[in-house]
Amino acid sequence: MKRHLISAADLSREDALLILDTAEELAQVTDRPIRKLPTLRGRTVVNLFYEDSTRTRISFEAAAKRLSADVINFSAKGSSVAKGESLKDTALTLEAMGADAVVIRHSASGAPHRLAGWVRGSVVNAGDGAHEHPTQALLDAFTMRRRLGRLEGLRVTIVGDVLHSRVARSNVLLLHALGADVSLVAPPTLLPVAVGSWPCSVGYDLDAALPKTDVVMMLRVQAERMNAAYFPTVREYSRRYGLDAGRMALLPESAIVMHPGPMNRGVEIAAEVADSARSTIVEQVTNGVSVRMAVLYLLLGGSEAER
Amino acid sequence: MSDGRQGTDWRGSGPGAAASWLIRGASVVGAGPADISVTDGMITAVGPAAEPPPGAQVLDAGGLVALPGLVDLHAHLREPGREDAETVETGTAAAALGGFTAVHAMANTDPVADTAGVVEQIWRLGRRAGRCDVRPIGAVTAGLGGRQLAELGAMADSDARVRVFSDDGRCVSDAVLMRRALEYVKAFDGVIAQHAQEPRLTDGAQVNEGEISAALGLTGWPAVAEEAIIARDCLLAAHVGSALHVCHVSTAGSVEIIRWAKSKGWRVTAEVTPHHLLLTEQLAVGYDPVFKVNPPLRTEADVAALRAGLADGTIDCVATDHAPHPLEDKETEWQVAAFGMTGLETALRVVHAAMVQPGLLDWAGVADRMSQRPAAIGRLDLLGPAQHGSPVAVGFPANLVLYDPDASDRVDPAAQASRSRNTPFAGMTLPGRVIATFLRGEATVLDGKLAR
Repeated sequence: MKRHLISAADLSREDALLILDTAEELAQVTDRPIRKLPTLRGRTVVNLFYEDSTRTRISFEAAAKRLSADVINFSAKGSSVAKGESLKDTALTLEAMGADAVVIRHSASGAPHRLAGWVRGSVVNAGDGAHEHPTQALLDAFTMRRRLGRLEGLRVTIVGDVLHSRVARSNVLLLHALGADVSLVAPPTLLPVAVGSWPCSVGYDLDAALPKTDVVMMLRVQAERMNAAYFPTVREYSRRYGLDAGRMALLPESAIVMHPGPMNRGVEIAAEVADSARSTIVEQVTNGVSVRMAVLYLLLGGSEAER
Repeated sequence: MSDGRQGTDWRGSGPGAAASWLIRGASVVGAGPADISVTDGMITAVGPAAEPPPGAQVLDAGGLVALPGLVDLHAHLREPGREDAETVETGTAAAALGGFTAVHAMANTDPVADTAGVVEQIWRLGRRAGRCDVRPIGAVTAGLGGRQLAELGAMADSDARVRVFSDDGRCVSDAVLMRRALEYVKAFDGVIAQHAQEPRLTDGAQVNEGEISAALGLTGWPAVAEEAIIARDCLLAAHVGSALHVCHVSTAGSVEIIRWAKSKGWRVTAEVTPHHLLLTEQLAVGYDPVFKVNPPLRTEADVAALRAGLADGTIDCVATDHAPHPLEDKETEWQVAAFGMTGLETALRVVHAAMVQPGLLDWAGVADRMSQRPAAIGRLDLLGPAQHGSPVAVGFPANLVLYDPDASDRVDPAAQASRSRNTPFAGMTLPGRVIATFLRGEATVLDGKLAR
């Protein structure tokens, strides 16, 4: 595996499967009375969060702590990218503190790339702008494999704001590498113009896609898109691209419904769908910890002897 | 054009050292070797084995190409306001090292060059530095605000004698304002140099819109945002019978539109930057903002079309869009980094690599696209008859570059004279080397180094 996890494209199929298999083993720790392994004792993991994301930060924090790493939470929110200390100066500070891994969440696409050039530790991308969120894709793949028993040949439909979605980018890359058939469904305004070059199929009609879907993944509609002419009204979006109980009935019997959270209930997903037995939304959160444990373990654990 | 002042004023820009030379054995604009005699700043003989003029220094130029002094229609010298990035002094030093004898200084300084006072300040700074003739470009709209015309006539009538007007960095997107600007400058043979960028289509834009922007999650800058404005402005220029110059053309579609406008006989000219002739959007993949520029680096197909357009004359000239920035404005996340690249010191070498080596232009073509045509677009005959852009021939001012086409080395930003280090060519091996530059017979560069 590479030293950093910045893009799902950094992972070969073998790397990805190793992470998923490792996560499977580590998940058992979560079921024990004492949920802790000594693997990363003495190692320091910094959570560097430039964007509010309690769920992702807590997930990484729990993962690092269950591996006995020291965790430093560095919330840079408020020190927006345009003012305050530069990312480079923050990187030099973290370097001076001896961070073995930096988990970064940033609103600017590519910020983890830049950080990786300035620190010696491993950089883990916890979501950068509209670029990628590779651990989300890993936990999604992990969840699919647990629920449906395989990834090869699985028909995955990702629905919504693909243009601005880091989750969609990472999932397309990772799921393709793992042999799934990925389709994107969105209004044309919310697809990148060059989406045709991605390793997936693209459509505009959700009703047509659902009967041929094993996994439907609903993306969050960001509030700031709602008044920017990407679609006429929230209600029209919801009617055409929202997943309600009626649409859910078009899915094959065994199909599951995923959402990376946080949800806009009543916009891209109806409450009765989010709370249904097909929904994996709560499991995704649980699985996130196991997958992030595996990532930290594999990025940091192996280099112990070298130090 | 003789009001009795411009000739003497402009000749006063150098220290007036004895400007007599015998340049031996240079390939004159790519033709066979000849000796060039320079007496009192003028070319007095071009031909075989000349006798040195009295008191002349002799310079062996065997193997070197002699070109007319280069003219840049588009540079950001940053003074006044951002002297941490560049000054007229350092910017003209960079220009001289690149073989330029005249540079146009863009208007987006602080304060903006939108009044006679500011353009005269920049003009005087250029005269004091003395390495190049500095021609200020005036802003089209007050404060680059895009709301009302700046006092274009006052700038034209000032000692700086401004003829090129541009809001570069911003587009004059209001169609009525653009029409009025084109009309108004007809009174003094001015030209509007448009930064063609439809603002609504490029809100927050970072890189060329296409596969790269989609993969990187950076907001796309679509080609249509440039092409739509160019098409509109060509039509406006035709309608009011005025002169339009299109800054930094970057797309294949833009070349097509300009070719069409020229075929109609409309007064449309265009420039392309060295970086758009050599580099592509692929360089954005590492998110290093040294490759962030506006308009953005485009695709290989665009590069090919730009080269073809420059070769066939659809694009009139190469202009650097030299845009220096301090390190801290580039050592950041991509989306907050400043747009722009330096280019004065590498322009001729890049054109050599992109145009001459593939056989698209010969040295006469380079002289045309980097000296003669930009001088004509900038109305440099205002500086006195045939001051810039004139041939390497008897009776013309000795504005010359001696260029070694057989040299090559890696570009080292730290070795450049520009105050800024944001060259996208850092570490690249480029052909050629500027050996000497002469401004009216005075050497500004000798042996590849500043002469003073």
